[in-house]
Amino acid sequence: MTDPTPNGDAPAEDRWGAGVISYKKMGYWRPDYEPSDTDIIAAFRITPQPGVDPEEAGAAVAGESSTATWTVVWTDRLTDHTRYQGKCYRVDPVPGNDEQFIAYIAYNIDLFEEGSIANLTSSIIGNVFGFKALKALRLEDMRIPVAYVKTFDGPPHGIVAEREMLNKYGRPLIGCTVKPKLGLSARNYGRVVYEGLRGGLDFTKDDENINSQPFMRWRERFLYCMEAINRAEEQTGEIKGHYMNVTAATMEDMYERAEFAKELGSIIVMMDLTVGYTAMTSMSKWARKNGLILHLHRAGHGTYTRQKTHGVSFRVIAKWCRLLGVDHVHAGTVVGKLEGDPNMIAGYYDTLRDNFIPANPANGIYFDQDWASMPGVMPVASGGIHAGQTHQLLHYLGEDSILQFGGGTIGHPMGIAAGAEANRVAVEAMVKARNEGRDYFAEGEDIMRAAAKKCPALLAALDTWGSITFDYESTDTADVAPTPS
Amino acid sequence: MITQGTFAYLPAFDDAEIEAQIRYCLDNGWAISVELTDDPNPRNVFWDLWGLPMFELTDPRAAMTEVTACREAFPNHYVKLSAFDNSRGRETIALSLLVQQPANEPGFRLDRQGRPGRTVGYTAHSYAADRPHGERYA
Repeated sequence: MTDPTPNGDAPAEDRWGAGVISYKKMGYWRPDYEPSDTDIIAAFRITPQPGVDPEEAGAAVAGESSTATWTVVWTDRLTDHTRYQGKCYRVDPVPGNDEQFIAYIAYNIDLFEEGSIANLTSSIIGNVFGFKALKALRLEDMRIPVAYVKTFDGPPHGIVAEREMLNKYGRPLIGCTVKPKLGLSARNYGRVVYEGLRGGLDFTKDDENINSQPFMRWRERFLYCMEAINRAEEQTGEIKGHYMNVTAATMEDMYERAEFAKELGSIIVMMDLTVGYTAMTSMSKWARKNGLILHLHRAGHGTYTRQKTHGVSFRVIAKWCRLLGVDHVHAGTVVGKLEGDPNMIAGYYDTLRDNFIPANPANGIYFDQDWASMPGVMPVASGGIHAGQTHQLLHYLGEDSILQFGGGTIGHPMGIAAGAEANRVAVEAMVKARNEGRDYFAEGEDIMRAAAKKCPALLAALDTWGSITFDYESTDTADVAPTPS
Repeated sequence: MITQGTFAYLPAFDDAEIEAQIRYCLDNGWAISVELTDDPNPRNVFWDLWGLPMFELTDPRAAMTEVTACREAFPNHYVKLSAFDNSRGRETIALSLLVQQPANEPGFRLDRQGRPGRTVGYTAHSYAADRPHGERYA
């Protein structure tokens, strides 16, 4: 491992001459390298500028995301530099695409601070995304080795502990985001929470941009929401929750809001992805210490996850969020109003929930990922979903999920409680049919129509939204088509 | 009427429907437990066990026999089925089904204690729990 140019691109004596040499010659292209069990591995989709050799581009990404600068520096020689170099060990062409390549890069675990997503991301996506020799760059996936997984606390509770806390098993949880997102007074806002929860929802939710505005300050919102939650619990004999959004300008403000939610007896708080990895990790530790479920709204992710050529895939964001520790995170609906190819979303859900996820190109999963018993994160489906899609939601998203019907609850013609009831009945009827062995995906509409005969609220929901679909082509899809089985 | 359990919003299951859910649980390798209570407070986690969970059961009718026996012995109690999944990383209840509710459910009263800063302490008080254990829903 002492020869920095094992592929013979340059004689060793040239490696240290002052000036600029290729990244390959600096040792960042290592086709012979076999990643070790403790290496962190990244798969990047690279689009080199015309004329740039893909291997050189991959080496450049490895270099710029680890030790390199643009020119030779003699101070490398004061270090065990081959250890710290990112090593691009493989570059594959993307099928059917002349411009794009997938570059695999291995990083020694010593490059990263234990338990710090901020540090991990500062390396892996720090400088390199602006690199001129590339037209575009996308971080597709990462293999997080068990050795590094174990330096993170993970979800404060996870799926199992949350279900036990809620005393709710065997079906997707059902939620609703309060609408309109902006403008309601605290008292009116609490009314929506009350009607939704008493009607049959498990959770209601602050939206991402409800923080503490002039029309409704956070403290007032929390007070009225707690009245709503407790009234609904009294009427149903169920545990209920409202995601109190504690997102704020400073950590001090976030802690103040979270502490108040805890004092009031809330079982859950939420935050937005926009607060950043360090703030999220701090809130995770707070939630673990104080016993509250922590919900994450992935506000802003579409700016860098959606386009296939440039940015960071959501499956990577999902991994980072599981590591830093959230109990819920929004991960797509397949059938709703927001971007989401079914196979890619299956990959996100597996990544969040399962203990071991095998590589699966059809779902965009590049590497085996072992979570070493770290609890799973509950994926949340939110955005343009309604009761009429319940069979599809259960089929695509599974039982350990939270289905959030926002407009699909509040816009119900018979009122919010009826909207909530319709959703709950639809979900329970579908789970019942599944457990009885019926082909609920194919027979979904019949199952719902049958349930609606005994539930006027569900009938009205089906009549209002039954035919609404959001059928647009996804921008982010797998390179390989799944083989029909 | 309390709405606990996996299928609380559907019409009460008849025995064939209950048996179908038991079959699903057994097919998944889950153990069936029958539990009962006369205090349905949502935070009352530990209902009384009607015997130990039934491990290694293959015939749903055996579990139905226990459900029936429990319902006959406690006709005015809440009775539920819980299915325990012992697979790694799960190791908790996988499905929970109320199979009997008392004919008359008085429900809960919400007690509020005013506290400084307009905060309120809430207590959900089971009316049934005003009477001693065993004499509720008589």
